[in-house]
Amino acid sequence: MHTTDSTSAASAAPFQLSADRSSFDQAPLYDPSLALTGNPAYHPSAAQKVALAAVGLAALACAVAWASGSGFSGSLLAVVVLGFGGGGIAYAWLTYGRDHAGIHNHGIMFSAQQARGHFGWLWGILLTGLYVLVYWFPQYLTGLIAVFDPISNALGYPEGSRQWVMYGSFYSLAVATMGVRAFLKYRHVRYQKIRTVSVVFFQLAFGYSIPYLLVLLDQPELYLHYFWPLDYDGLWPDTFGWMPMAALIFGAAMIFIGTPVLTYFFGKRWYCSWVCGCGGLAETAGDPYRHLSDKSLRAWRIERWMIHGVLAFIILTTVLLWLSSTTDVLSPIAAGFKKWYVFFIGLMFAGVIGVGFYPIFGSRVWCRFGCPMAAILGLQQRFFSRFRITTNGGQCISCGNCSTYCEMGIDVRWYAQRGQNIVRASCVGCGVCSAVCPRGVLNLENGPRTERFGTAQNNLIEDLDILDM
Amino acid sequence: MNVAIIGNGIAGITAARHVRKLDPDARITVISAETDHFYSRTALMYIYMGDMTYTHTKPYEDWFWEKNKIDLLREFVERVDTGAKQLHFRSGGKLTYDKLLLATGSVPRFAGWPGENVAGVQGFYSMQDLDRMEEGTVGARHAVVVGGGLIGVELAEMLHTREIGVTLLVRSDWYLPAALPEEEGRMVNEHIRARGIDLRLETELAEVLPDEAGRVRAIRTNHGDEIEAQWVGIAIGVAPNIAFLEGSGIETDRGVLVDQHMQTNVPDVFAAGDCAQHRTPPPGRRPIEPLWYAGREHGATAAFGITGQARPYAPDVFFNSAKFFDLEWQVYGDLSPELPEHERTLYWQHPTAEKAIRLNYTAADKGRLVAVNVMGIRYRHDVCAHWIAEQADIETVLQNLGAANFDPEFTPQHEADLVAQYNRQTGRSLALNRKRGWRQRLSVLTGS
Repeated sequence: MHTTDSTSAASAAPFQLSADRSSFDQAPLYDPSLALTGNPAYHPSAAQKVALAAVGLAALACAVAWASGSGFSGSLLAVVVLGFGGGGIAYAWLTYGRDHAGIHNHGIMFSAQQARGHFGWLWGILLTGLYVLVYWFPQYLTGLIAVFDPISNALGYPEGSRQWVMYGSFYSLAVATMGVRAFLKYRHVRYQKIRTVSVVFFQLAFGYSIPYLLVLLDQPELYLHYFWPLDYDGLWPDTFGWMPMAALIFGAAMIFIGTPVLTYFFGKRWYCSWVCGCGGLAETAGDPYRHLSDKSLRAWRIERWMIHGVLAFIILTTVLLWLSSTTDVLSPIAAGFKKWYVFFIGLMFAGVIGVGFYPIFGSRVWCRFGCPMAAILGLQQRFFSRFRITTNGGQCISCGNCSTYCEMGIDVRWYAQRGQNIVRASCVGCGVCSAVCPRGVLNLENGPRTERFGTAQNNLIEDLDILDM
Repeated sequence: MNVAIIGNGIAGITAARHVRKLDPDARITVISAETDHFYSRTALMYIYMGDMTYTHTKPYEDWFWEKNKIDLLREFVERVDTGAKQLHFRSGGKLTYDKLLLATGSVPRFAGWPGENVAGVQGFYSMQDLDRMEEGTVGARHAVVVGGGLIGVELAEMLHTREIGVTLLVRSDWYLPAALPEEEGRMVNEHIRARGIDLRLETELAEVLPDEAGRVRAIRTNHGDEIEAQWVGIAIGVAPNIAFLEGSGIETDRGVLVDQHMQTNVPDVFAAGDCAQHRTPPPGRRPIEPLWYAGREHGATAAFGITGQARPYAPDVFFNSAKFFDLEWQVYGDLSPELPEHERTLYWQHPTAEKAIRLNYTAADKGRLVAVNVMGIRYRHDVCAHWIAEQADIETVLQNLGAANFDPEFTPQHEADLVAQYNRQTGRSLALNRKRGWRQRLSVLTGS
């Protein structure tokens, strides 16, 4: 209780406090206005504005290329790459690099772009729309696709599938540029620096350079850091028809040996936040939206049904495809499963919703609710792994930074404030909960399985169970 | 049984949850005039800075209270009638109780300066204070914060994110002399200054100067300097929030006087958290402990008393932590800022980075570990508390110090530097057994 009253006259505040302080989630977090200057914690310098202008120039170049058809799009490639990449990196340097090292998430909740304001929705709709066009209507993107013609030409990429060169290039550019930003933002923690370098490397090498190098050498375009079931057709019969034997053996070895062994020792993070391209995009381009994940218990219930549903779906589809390759009876069913898996999960969920909705649902929607690879790794992480996030005794002050900035929507604080370790299937081990904790409470560790859960310390009696209350 | 709890902070809520667990049938009512739901007071600063919203600071979702049959009442308690066992609300309503817990927290302390009631001068404790600060700092160019404690530096950081210039007045020679030894305190001084804060040491507030409209215009220091300020934050400390208990028959001193079961002189009335004052505090503890961690433990202890299963308040080895801008601080044990005659200290500081480790130990008897203080480095609570409780000797501690390290993976470790320093100072030749790791930690805790 307090004895002070709020009496001072309301002055002309440039922004408003959210009127309803009791709703739990999904509402605009703060002032949803379009004003760039509405954020009281955001004071861009002239240099920062110049850097943003370079990014804007690249966006303008894209718009011009798109509108122009394909006439001179290719000549804009340098503007697009330098504008997005150079401008983005310059802005990140001016914002984070020149600031003191440390966690400064100030103003995020006031940002119309990052806190589900109008800019966030606009950006989300634009991204979603682009995904829909790339996947199903590339003919409407001809001018934009042609921006990357210099690369497509060099690779000898056929017309009709050049949208993938554009997509891969934008994707890699985003991971690289925003990877620099993430590196600078979290540079006070060495784990973050090494992990960020790792995801950026895997995207640029295994997700971009190596596949295109293989194309140049007239070899199949292989993405060797994706395995079944994330790479859903990795174990489908068709794949065995064209994939080189060495790649098949490597993939199978990773699925059945590499993955379980690595997950036992390090948890699923060895893949999800160090190697995976989807995770790479989430940890870099998605970092500004990580706090938008839903932390409610309801969301966790939905998560477990959905992700394990998708896992069952891909296993069933794969089994059916193999059975149908021996008996014709199952062929129509298997073809149906295949078609719907590719459409609903492979494209709609992983792409359109997974990335397009970054500014609305946060950066790990696909990884949390849909990825069957994450489901398998998660089951193992939960039940048979040495990985846990250790809570440091009674030091938690329940502030909520860990839960807020958990991209997987784990209510980290629930465990931390009880003095209990966090052992959750969905944790990708990004380490940001530990980085944002102001009291040094959380630490990612690999240790003996007997001590994994720790014991609740901050209550004189056993606490209420999170699910069974 | 009707249990009424005044205050929905960490002490009141911890008590409510424990009462529910201990007595499934009790009717529990938590009364607060501050907010509808429990939020983390320690996170108030993050709401102002835009790191989190109010919603994020709520440790439990809103359905939690109904599910656990904890009634929440938004009322201001004006009077406690201990005879009739009734609470009188400002709204005119009443509530009858069988057991009462006072968990009303603190109010910011003011020193009676001339002009301290001028508009734009405020303390910082409650959600209402945050709202007032939000309004009061709009358009401010410069602000003055008074007080070299945890709230003082938080206010400085908060204002800094809005690009409002800050002058921080600190009475002593270094930051937080009540808790930090000189070296660490000076490290914080430099850290604060490096962030552009105008830190004035050995300086106190003398007077607040209003403008014609009656709003703060400037302040004058005890050295006679006038400093422009459109907003002034007072953070010289807090005092128990107990004014409304006058005439209730509940015995108070600075706080509500309680015994080891958190019970007051009036039967069935308990107190916990900032507002409670121990008649006989446990060894090494102060009578009033305005700390998050103490509030949590007070609340749990009170719940046992309320449900008739009294357990004495028996806190474990003292610990605390804070963060000053980007500099983290953790302390374990009874750290004396000024080294007592019967103690020795081993202090290591990184030559460039803001990192430091300090071990205090007894002068006699092989050197028993008394306290651990770390800046910019994270240490394990269980390992440090174990050593201090066991009075482990300093050389055993030093050789196994890797077990205490809790920094994230790949972080450079400095325990070997501390051991080397000890060897230089004593002529010994100890070696660090092993770096951090689980086997190391378990072997310390299980003594194998």
